[in-house]
Amino acid sequence: MEEIKEQAGHMPRIGEPAPAFEAVTTHGVLKLEDFKGSWLILFSHPADFTPVCTTEFIAFSEIYPELQKRGVELLGLSVDSVSSHIAWARNVEEKTKVKIPFPIIADLNKEVSLAYGMIHPGQSKTETVRCVFIIDPNQKIRTILYYPLTTGRNMDEILRIVDALQTTDKNGVATPANWRPGDKVVVPPPNTQEMAEERLKQGYECVDWYLCRKKL
Amino acid sequence: MACISPDGKPTESGTKMLRALQAGLKSPEEVAQETGLPLFRVRSGLREITQAGLAEQKEDRYKLSEKGAKLIK
Repeated sequence: MEEIKEQAGHMPRIGEPAPAFEAVTTHGVLKLEDFKGSWLILFSHPADFTPVCTTEFIAFSEIYPELQKRGVELLGLSVDSVSSHIAWARNVEEKTKVKIPFPIIADLNKEVSLAYGMIHPGQSKTETVRCVFIIDPNQKIRTILYYPLTTGRNMDEILRIVDALQTTDKNGVATPANWRPGDKVVVPPPNTQEMAEERLKQGYECVDWYLCRKKL
Repeated sequence: MACISPDGKPTESGTKMLRALQAGLKSPEEVAQETGLPLFRVRSGLREITQAGLAEQKEDRYKLSEKGAKLIK
């Protein structure tokens, strides 16, 4: 248990390369590098056949088409076996008519969970908490979300973050609080006094030189 | 095993990939486009098919092996 506590201390960070893995999943053995070139949302759930996780899997399945339009793949994870994942996915489909279209890692030896800091011993020493890692096509971690065992995730926010990251990458801008696609974006702050003065003449909507917005 | 069943026969997705390789050397991207399977599934599947001796890898492209060709005849 001390070893788990020690290993659980490793937390990946935004901007770092996503830890490589090779894992058994419901779609066969997958490596992180198999997703290279696509965005990837790697998310963990505490356990199969549990209520909050079931609502989340239905919700992730419902946004999957929207994610695919944005070039994003989904990959679930828990420390259950492949047989358990298959049985749960079949049960969800039978009871709710929702088919789970994405693979789920069976992380029985906790190799991936520990590499990604998904086990938080203060919450549970055996289960993964509700983590979301948004990984870009170059396999760099761009966003990390952690939710406690008792709180199901918000799919709108996950889609919003993907839209924001892709908008940032495409246009070299930032996105303000509560930004939604179509809203004005934030122009990166200037680095020099000259740039700050020029900024005010560029027709942006500026509160002051350090906060300027523009329409895309 | 996602592409090869325990009895050694290719699954539906495995068969799709093998058929896509019938026309010669192909990249995973080309196989994904031809089969409609997600690229990550194709990369993983081609690895598995190659390990099973049904395909051969030449740099980053794949082609059917003799064993693979016989299997889908």
